Amino acid sequence: MKQSSFIQKIVNAPYILWSVLFIIAPLIMVIYYAFTNADGAFTLENIAQIGDYTSTFILSIGYGAVATVLCLVLAYPFAYFLAQSKASFQRVAVMLVMLPMWMSFLIRTYSWLTILGESGVINRFLGIFGIEPLHMLNTGGAVILGMVYNFLPYMILPLYTIMAKMDVSLVEAAEDLGCNRLHCLRKVIFPLSVPGIASGVTMVFVPSVSTFYITQKLGGGQITLIGDVIEGQFQTAYNYNLGAALSLVLMVMILICLGVLNYFTDSDDDGGVLI
Amino acid sequence: MRKLFSLFIALLILLSLCIIPTYAEDELFSDEVVEYYANLGLQGTVLNVYNWGEYIDDEEIDVVSAFERLTGCDVNYTTFESNENMYSKLSGGGVSYDVIIPSDYMMERLMEEDRLEKLDYSNIPNYEKYFDEERYGYLVNDGLKDYGVIYNVGTTILIYNTKYIKERPTSWTVMWDEQYAGKVLMFNNPRDSFAIAQAILGQDFNTIEKEDWDAAAELLTQQRQKVSPKYVMDEVFNDMESGDYALAAYYAGDYELMAENNPDLDFVLPEEGVNTFFDAMCIPQGTQNKRGAEAFINFMMEPEIALANAEYIYYATPNKAVLENEDYSLIGSEAVYPSEEPVAQEFHNLPNDTLQYMNTLWMKVKGENNTAGLYIAFFVAIAVIILVIAVSILKKKRMKRYYEI
Repeated sequence: MKQSSFIQKIVNAPYILWSVLFIIAPLIMVIYYAFTNADGAFTLENIAQIGDYTSTFILSIGYGAVATVLCLVLAYPFAYFLAQSKASFQRVAVMLVMLPMWMSFLIRTYSWLTILGESGVINRFLGIFGIEPLHMLNTGGAVILGMVYNFLPYMILPLYTIMAKMDVSLVEAAEDLGCNRLHCLRKVIFPLSVPGIASGVTMVFVPSVSTFYITQKLGGGQITLIGDVIEGQFQTAYNYNLGAALSLVLMVMILICLGVLNYFTDSDDDGGVLI
Repeated sequence: MRKLFSLFIALLILLSLCIIPTYAEDELFSDEVVEYYANLGLQGTVLNVYNWGEYIDDEEIDVVSAFERLTGCDVNYTTFESNENMYSKLSGGGVSYDVIIPSDYMMERLMEEDRLEKLDYSNIPNYEKYFDEERYGYLVNDGLKDYGVIYNVGTTILIYNTKYIKERPTSWTVMWDEQYAGKVLMFNNPRDSFAIAQAILGQDFNTIEKEDWDAAAELLTQQRQKVSPKYVMDEVFNDMESGDYALAAYYAGDYELMAENNPDLDFVLPEEGVNTFFDAMCIPQGTQNKRGAEAFINFMMEPEIALANAEYIYYATPNKAVLENEDYSLIGSEAVYPSEEPVAQEFHNLPNDTLQYMNTLWMKVKGENNTAGLYIAFFVAIAVIILVIAVSILKKKRMKRYYEI
């Protein structure tokens, strides 16, 4: 890197200030609270208490993983066919994918209550045929559905972006060299789309693991994930220290999960053929 | 022609602007009252009011703007959704409120932490005139009266749907009955939920003994295993009105609202006892407009305003003028004004460590998972990941060797 000019520094300053103020400072505060008690003295007690919540942590990561995999399975073919379709259709489809995001996340989640409820849209429809109402709300399935529904666009968009930019000649070359379509998908398209998968997975997995609104509304308080526990520490127990410690551990765990993910995606970049 | 038309539209808009402010305020209040508020010298001042959501009338009488018109004071009206929310906002600093409306235990906490201003009752003449000291005075006995005026009073209540439950229950224990599994709604806040278990166990709601809390948590865990209740707050309206659920624990005034929309609903004040709560209008330390705040509290006790609020909120009002008003639609409501005083306890502020202990227990009650299966699944997943990594490393090495040859 060349030494940056004075003007460059000036231009960068607001961004640096922004990240210090809103990223670094809060992080330091989280770490500070995690290692102190209510009186501000150093303690490891908060971290020690986290053992009580091991099963909640595992459950959260499990839910996040299931939601992420479902998103990936749904989004991948969609993004693939979208990238192959006509440009005018692509524009409309991308806008439709983003359209729900114009509405508040809270409202979108809340409206699932009226769809899934015992006297909701689906059950009323089933009732016409004399089918007993299904119990859908307040189950793990409803929570997963909420996560997939809310975070699916974050999976589709990066996948679509990377597939739209993919070099068609590479696919053609593979076909010329005797790949059938399935082989072509596995050996060419999939490896090329790995960066998109990585960013999509990150963008879905992280909010899924830490959500509390979806579990509270669609899970009816039946399923408690780590986000609910953290929210409770701040909102009802006034235990900022334990809340911060939980957040810190959650961050570290997400970091580990993403590290594992990166291990897979990186090894592809340096030319190694995976699996 | 076009110009004429737009002129006409413009005139219409102007006209409508003129019409709105000519409100029937002067007919609502006597000249005396109008004069009283006009002469307080609040013109041009700002008043920050921080209240619960949906907790003031804005339909029959727009209370806030009526106050603004009478006093000339500018009101900044904001809302919160829980006492804890309000507390963190208030204690976080950086905000300044003039009137807040916390519940009993939160008011006590704020008072103990010296966050409330003492009221000057000479500026709240309506208190003397309209507050029902006889019936509700006991709630603010321990010095609380100096710091706040009760806005509303209520109890918790057991609501049930007669479609599912033919025989009138008398006890909270019906919420543990396996017959109604999946059809029970509990409070989604620890204090109210624990109070139900504590009532059954015959405990003091404000106990600081860990064993008591443990026993109550044990009972709530049993409930979760037996009927897997849904934990809700405001969703209770939708759920009970739609007839999807058989039982709910909630607040008495809200029962009346639900019953209007679903005539199948009925209520019980369980024999083990309920929680009596109140919300009080207080002035926090650091207020910039104490005189205005006191005027606002006084204004909320004006008979017309108190009636409008009582009709809107449906909680019991301690305002004598409303209770004696024949037009008041809730007179005779057994849920809101039970003719026989129910067995009841009040909440007080709990010490911090008890609060935290309660919350930990609450999280355990709600977080009770099938842990064994969970751990097995987790370790299998980890094992698979490690295996995949190992295989890929081996493959890579073999590849390398292959290329080297």
